[in-house]
Amino acid sequence: MKKLILKTGLIMGIVSITMSSCKDNLNLAPLNDVTANVVYKDLTGYQLGLAKVYGSFALTGNTGPNGKSDIVGLDEGSNADYLRTFWKAQELSTDEAVVAWGDAGLQDFHNMNWTPENPFLKGHYQRGMYQITLVNEFLRQSTDGTVAGRGITGADATLIKSYRPEVRFLRAYQYWSLMDLFGNPPFTTEEDEIAGDPPKQIGRTALFNYIESELKEIEAELPANRTSEYYGRATKGAAQALLARLYLNATIYTGTSKYNDAVTYAKKVIDAGYTLNSNYRNLGLNDNNTSPESIFTINYDGQRTQLYGGTTFLSHAAVGGGMNASEYGLDYAWGGLRTTKALVSLFPGGATSSDKRANFFTTGQNLEIASLTTFTDGYAIPKFQNVTSAGVKGSNVTFLDADFPLFRLAEMYLIYAEATLRGGAGDSALALTYINNLKTRAYGNSTGAVASLTLDLILDERARELYWEGHRRTDLIRYDKFTTGTYLWPWKGGVKDGKAVDSYRNLYPIPSADISANSNLVQNSGYN
Amino acid sequence: MKKNYLKKLCFLFFFALIGLSTYAQTGSISGKVVDETNQPLPGAAVFIEGTKISTQTDANGAYRLSSINYGNVFVTVSFIGYTNLTKEVSLSTTSTSLNFKLVPSAESLSEVVVIGYGTTRKSDVTGAITTVTSKDFTKGQITSPEQLIAGKVAGVQITQGSGAPGSSSTIRIRGSASLNSTNDPLIVVDGVPLASGGISGSANALALINPNDIESFTVLKDASATAIYGNRASNGVIIITTKKGVSGKAQITFNTNYSLATVANTTDILSADQFRDLVTNATIGGTVTEALKAKMGTSSTDWQNEIYENAATTDNNLSVSGSYKDLPYRISLGYLNQNGILTTGNLERVSLSGNLSPSFLKNTLKVNLNVKSSFSKNVFADESTVIGNSSNFDPTQPIYSGNTNFGGYFEHLDAASSTGLRGLAPRNPLSYLNLKDNTSDVSRMIGNLTLDYAIPHIKGLRANANLGYDIAKGSGNIIVSPTASFEYQRFKDENGIARSGQKNFYKQQKTNFVSDAYLNYLTDLKSIKSRIDLTGGIAYQEFTTQDYYFADYSYDEVKKPNSDPNFTYDEPQNRLFSIYGRMIYTFNDKYTLTTTVRSDASSRINSNDRVGIFPSAAFAWRIAEEKFLKSSTLISDLKLRLGYGVTGQQDGIANYSYQNTYNLSSATANYQLGNTFYAMYRPDGYNPNLKWETTATSNIALDYGFLKNRIYGTLDFYYKETSDLLSTVTQAAGTNFINEFTTNVGSMTNKGVEFMINTVAIDKKDFKLNFGFNATYNKNKITKLTLNNDSSYGYQTGSISGGTGNSIQINAVGSPINTFYVYQQVYDTEGKPLDNVFVDRNGDGQVTSSDLYKYKSPNADLFLGFNSSFTYKKWNGGFTMRANLNNYVYNNVASSTGTYRNVFNPLGYLNNASTDILNSEFSGDGDKYFLSDYYIQNASFLRMDNLNFGYSFGKVLKGKANLNVSGNIQNVFVITKYDGVDPEISGGIDNSFYPRPRTFSLGLNLGF
Repeated sequence: MKKLILKTGLIMGIVSITMSSCKDNLNLAPLNDVTANVVYKDLTGYQLGLAKVYGSFALTGNTGPNGKSDIVGLDEGSNADYLRTFWKAQELSTDEAVVAWGDAGLQDFHNMNWTPENPFLKGHYQRGMYQITLVNEFLRQSTDGTVAGRGITGADATLIKSYRPEVRFLRAYQYWSLMDLFGNPPFTTEEDEIAGDPPKQIGRTALFNYIESELKEIEAELPANRTSEYYGRATKGAAQALLARLYLNATIYTGTSKYNDAVTYAKKVIDAGYTLNSNYRNLGLNDNNTSPESIFTINYDGQRTQLYGGTTFLSHAAVGGGMNASEYGLDYAWGGLRTTKALVSLFPGGATSSDKRANFFTTGQNLEIASLTTFTDGYAIPKFQNVTSAGVKGSNVTFLDADFPLFRLAEMYLIYAEATLRGGAGDSALALTYINNLKTRAYGNSTGAVASLTLDLILDERARELYWEGHRRTDLIRYDKFTTGTYLWPWKGGVKDGKAVDSYRNLYPIPSADISANSNLVQNSGYN
Repeated sequence: MKKNYLKKLCFLFFFALIGLSTYAQTGSISGKVVDETNQPLPGAAVFIEGTKISTQTDANGAYRLSSINYGNVFVTVSFIGYTNLTKEVSLSTTSTSLNFKLVPSAESLSEVVVIGYGTTRKSDVTGAITTVTSKDFTKGQITSPEQLIAGKVAGVQITQGSGAPGSSSTIRIRGSASLNSTNDPLIVVDGVPLASGGISGSANALALINPNDIESFTVLKDASATAIYGNRASNGVIIITTKKGVSGKAQITFNTNYSLATVANTTDILSADQFRDLVTNATIGGTVTEALKAKMGTSSTDWQNEIYENAATTDNNLSVSGSYKDLPYRISLGYLNQNGILTTGNLERVSLSGNLSPSFLKNTLKVNLNVKSSFSKNVFADESTVIGNSSNFDPTQPIYSGNTNFGGYFEHLDAASSTGLRGLAPRNPLSYLNLKDNTSDVSRMIGNLTLDYAIPHIKGLRANANLGYDIAKGSGNIIVSPTASFEYQRFKDENGIARSGQKNFYKQQKTNFVSDAYLNYLTDLKSIKSRIDLTGGIAYQEFTTQDYYFADYSYDEVKKPNSDPNFTYDEPQNRLFSIYGRMIYTFNDKYTLTTTVRSDASSRINSNDRVGIFPSAAFAWRIAEEKFLKSSTLISDLKLRLGYGVTGQQDGIANYSYQNTYNLSSATANYQLGNTFYAMYRPDGYNPNLKWETTATSNIALDYGFLKNRIYGTLDFYYKETSDLLSTVTQAAGTNFINEFTTNVGSMTNKGVEFMINTVAIDKKDFKLNFGFNATYNKNKITKLTLNNDSSYGYQTGSISGGTGNSIQINAVGSPINTFYVYQQVYDTEGKPLDNVFVDRNGDGQVTSSDLYKYKSPNADLFLGFNSSFTYKKWNGGFTMRANLNNYVYNNVASSTGTYRNVFNPLGYLNNASTDILNSEFSGDGDKYFLSDYYIQNASFLRMDNLNFGYSFGKVLKGKANLNVSGNIQNVFVITKYDGVDPEISGGIDNSFYPRPRTFSLGLNLGF
C-alpha cells in the first residue's frame, strides 16, 4: 500500500516536473523556414534574395505555378501577376484589345467604368509596392556595414555591392509604372522600416524627380554589358531606356516637357549596340532571349519559372475559336483576347497588309464586335507563341519559355522620332531613318518607307510596332485621345461605337483597400 | 437526503450484525430497470450497498444479482441523468424479484455533471451546460459521433458537411465568434482536448471515434462554463465521455445494423430531350453558333444517374463489460463498412476500445485507463469534380466512345490540341470514378490514464492526475490511370517525353500529448449551511504535426521535372501551458456562486503577449427551494442562472506567425538572372503582435420544471462580444512583405435566445409519449473591422465557381458574417429576370461594382429542433426533426451552368445546364450576372432527420439473451422552397454538393 502511495506521488512528481520545465519551453521556431541572418550569411544567400527581388515581377509567388502567392486576398493567377495586370490596364482599356471573360472587374477596362475596388488594379498596385518593399529590404540587408558584419569580404562583398544599383533600377521602374497608372502612389524607401508608419504620397512631380535622380545616379554604376551573363538584369541600357520613356511623357507627369532629354537618352541606348531583330514575328517566340533588340526583359521558363500570367497568359488567352492551339505549341486555348477593328485598320490593307507586323487570325472571326464576351467577335492576335523561331514547340505545353521585353530598341527609335518632332533637339533626318528602319523590317523591303513624319503617324506607327506590349494607354494619354471624343474605338466607354469618358479616367484610382489602410493617402480626383 | 443517510446508517448496523453471524445462506435478486416513461434503461449500474456485488442492466433493462446473503439488503440503481434509487429488500428465498423505475434527476442533488477538470452536482450548476446521454442519442446508422446529438441541444447547430462517407460536420455553438479563426468548438474526449482539424486522408477526425463507445456529451455553452478552458474556449466546449466498465457479471452486447442509402435528390438539370430542344431552338448569335449546334450527339445519358447508386452499409459492434475479480473493464469492437452513394466511395473502419477502472487503497485511489483506437480505410471518389461534371456534361453524348482512347470514355475532342482533347472542357465524370484511385489509411489512438487519489487524513481533498495522448496517422495513394483524359500527357519528363497519370503518395502524423493535474477540496460546512468546492491545477499540452512531402510521379513512375520538394519533412509544433482554478460555493443548497480563472501561455504568441488570463463568475438561485414555492404542486423546479466570463480563441493563429522568416521557393518558381536560374528566398509577411481573440459572454437563464418535472426545460439569453477579432486587414502598401494579414482589430457580437422544453405527454402503464422542442435565435453582427473603426469597411469573401476571382459575400461592419454582396436584378412585368440588367443603386448612370449591395445572410436566424419518442407495450419509436429559418443560399449550380454561354461554350463544346436556364434565359454574357441577387434563394427548411421504430422480443435463445429489433429512416424528408439539391449548405454557396442520402436501416441488438 505504501508502495502505491509512493508510486502515485512519484507520478504526480514527474508530471509537475515535466510541466514546469515545459513552461520555459514555449519559444518554438519553424524547422525549415529561416531568419534573415541565416539567409544572408553568404554570397549565395544574397543571390537567392536578389532572385526574389527580380522574380517578384515575373512570378506570382514562391511555388510555381501557384500556391504561395506574394499577394493575398486575390486570385493568384489572374490578379497577382505584374505583367498580366499591367497588360490589362494598358491594353484592354484601349482600341488594341478586348477580352471575352467575365472575371470580376475585367470588362470594366474596355467599358472604362473601373472602380477603386477593381481586383486587377488592386493586384497590380500591390505587386508594384511589393517589389519596392523587397528592394528596400535588400538595400537594408546589403549595406557595406551589414555585409561586413556578416563576415563577407573581398570579391563576394564587391559582387553584393554591385547588386544594389540593379535593385534600385527595379524600384525606379516600379515607381514609374505606378506613377503612370495611378499618378501619385505612396512613397517608401530603404529608410522606412518594416511595420513602420504608413507611407505618404509625395506628388507626381516629386516622384518623377526621384525616379529621374535615382536612374541618373545608378546609370554610372550599372554594367554596360549586353552579354548573356547580364540577360534579364538591369544594365545601363535599361536605366537609359526608362529615362527616355520617362522624359517623353514628362509633360503628362509633371506639366513640363523634357523632349531634349528624351532624345538624349533614346540616342544613348540606340548607340549602345542593340540591333533590330531581323524578323518582327520572332519577338514573341520562345527563343526571343536571343533577340539582339531586347534591352530589358521579364524572363520566363516553361520548367523553372511557372505562372498563369506573363507570356503564358498572353499566348493562351489569345487563342480560341477556330485556332489550333497545338499549332502555337499550346495545350489548350483559353479563348479570351482579341482586338478591335481600330487596330486592324491602322495597317494598310487591314489583316492582309503587306506590313508583316499585321499578325491577325481572321478565320471564323468577325472584324466587328457585336459582343465583347464572344471570342469570335474581333480578330485574334497570336503574337506570343509557345514555339521557337525554328518552329520547335516549347519545353512545356502550358508554361511558356518566351520572355517579355519591357524595353526594346524599336521603342527607342520611336521615342527619338517623336521627341524630335515634338521639339526635342534631335536630328529629323535621323528620326526618319529610324522610323523607316522599322518599316523596312515590317515590309521586308523599302515599299513601306515614308518620306516625312507627323505626330499622328508616329502614334499609329507605335501601335503597329508595339501593339500588345503594354504601351497603348500611355501613348493615347500623351496624345489626349484616351478619354476624349477625338478618337473613338469600338465599345470605348461601353458603347458599341465608342464614346468619350470623364477625363479623370486618365488615371486609375488608388485601390480602395489601400485608401482605407493608409489614412495618409488622397484618392485621385473623380474616384471619391 | 437525510432519509438516505439514515438508511445508510441502518444498513451499516445491519451489515455489522450479519457480519457477526456465520449464517450464510445466499439467494439472487433480479428485475428490470425502466425510466420515467417505462422504457428499459440498458447499462444502469445495480449494486448491493456495502458489498462488491454489482452488475449492470442489459439491453432490455434487466439485471440479476446473485450470491447475496439472506437478510435485509439495500439495492441501489444508478444511471447518468437519473436520481439514484435504493430499495430495501428482505431476502429469504433463493430468488427475489425487484423492479426499479428511475426518474430524471433535474432536481437531484446527488447527480453529477461533467464540467472541465472535474464534476459538480447538477444542482450547483451555474453555467449553460447541456448533457445528452446515450439514452437520448439519435438512433440508426450514425457513423460519426457528433451526429448523435444533432438537433437535440438548443444553441448547437450540427450540419453534416455532405453525404460522403466519413464527411465532417460543421458544429456551431451559439453562432460564430470569429471571422478568420476557426469557429469549431473545443472537443475534449475523456479529459484529452483534441487538436482541431482533420488529418491527411480523413477530413473528419471525429469520425475516427466509434459512436457506440460514447456514454454522454456535455455541451458547455457560456463562458462561465467554458472559461476554465481559456484561450481555446470561445466557440464552446463539447466534453465526450466514453463508456466505462461496471463491476459485476460480464454483460455482452452485440448489435448489428444494416442500411441502404438511397439517392434522395439530385440537381435539377436539363434532360437529354430538354437539352436537345434548347440547343435546336436557340437563336444563332452571340455564343450560339451553327458549329456548336452541330456538336450535339445522339445519345441520351443521365450522368447523375450514372454516378450515383444505392449504397449498403453494415455497422457491427460487440462490447463486453464487467469485472475480472476487482477490476472493472469494458472492451468493445466495432466494424463499419460504409459505401457512398457516389459510386466507388467507401469507408471501412475497425475500432477497438478498452477501459479499465480499478480502485485501490480502499477505494481512495481510483484509476481509469482508456484506450480508443480505430483503423480506417477510405476510398475517395473525386467528389466535387465528378458531381460538378455530372451536371455540366453534355447529356446527348454517350458514356463510352466505342474506341479505347481515354479508357474507352467519351471525351470532348479537339484534333488541333496537343493532347487531342478539347481544352478546358469538362471530362467524363465516370472516368474520374473509375480511372482515379485515391485510397487512404488512417489510424487514430486516443488514450489516457487518470489517477484520482483521496488524500488520507484530509477529508474531501483529492489529487487528480491525467496523462493523455492522441496520435493520428494518415497516409494514402493517388493513382491515376495513364489513359485518364484528365491527366493525359500531364507533363513532359526531362527527355521531353509526355507522361500521363500519376502514382503519388501522401503521409501525415499528428501527435497531441496532454498532462494535467489538479487538487480538489470539497467540504460541507453544515454549521454555516455552506458547501465549498475548490479546484486548482496545471495543464500542459503539446501538438506536433509531422508532414512528409514527396515529388510528383506519373503513372509509370517517372518523376515530374522540378517537382522535388525543397524539404521532404516538416514538423510544426505548438505548446500550451496553463494554470487554472475554480471555486464553487453553495449556501443553503439554494445559492451557488462559481468563479473560475485560467491562465494560458501559448507558444503561438510572441513572448510579451503570450500569457492570457480568462476569468468567469456565475451565480445560481434555486428559487423552487424557497419557502414560497417549495409547496407548489405546479412548479417543481425553478432556477435562475447569471453568468459572465471571458474566453479566448487561439486556434486560427498559425504556429510561428509572429516570427519573421524567409521561405525558399520551389523548383518551379526560380528566376533566371543571366545564364543561371536561382531559387528565391522570400521574406514572409508577419504580424509580430498577433494574439488570440477574446470573447466575453453574458448569460441569463432560467431552468424550470412543472408538474413533478413532467414538463421541464431551460430558457437562456446570451450576449457574446468578441474583441481583438482577427480581421483580414490590408497593410498600408509598402509597410510589410504581404498586402494583407490577420490582425486583432475587429469586434463582433452574437446575441441570442435558447429555449428548450421537454414534456412527458402521456404516462400510462403501457403507453408513454415524450415530446422535446428546442429553439435558438441568434443574431450576428460585425461591429468593427479596422484600426480606424471605419464603419463603411468590408472585404469580399466566399469564392464562387464562374469567372475568375468572383466572390459572392462580404464581411462588413454592421452586417452579419458572410452577408451576400450582390447586384440587384431587374425583372420584367411578368417577373422574368432581364438579362444583364441591374439596378443602378448609386444612380451614377452606370452599373459598376459600386452598385453591389448587402443582401441576406447564409446563416439562419432561427433554428428549431423537435423530437419525440414513445413506447407502447413492446413497441417503441421516435423521430427527430430540425428546421432552419431565413438562411439563404447562393445557387452556384444555376449561376455557373444555367446560361446560354455555358451551353454553347465558346471554347468549342456543349455543356448541360441547370433547368434554371428555362426560367432566366440568361445569355451568360457580361461579368455581372454571376453576382445577381436572382441566385440568392431562401433556403429555410424543415427536415426530418430520423424516424425510428423498435420492437422488444424479450428473452430469446432459451432465456439466455434479450433481443431487440429496430427499423430506421434517416433524412426522411425535407420541406423547402430552395431549388438546389439541398437547402442545408454550410457557408451558403451551393456548388457540386454531395447530396445527403435517404438511408433505411434495420438493426438487431442482442444482450447476454
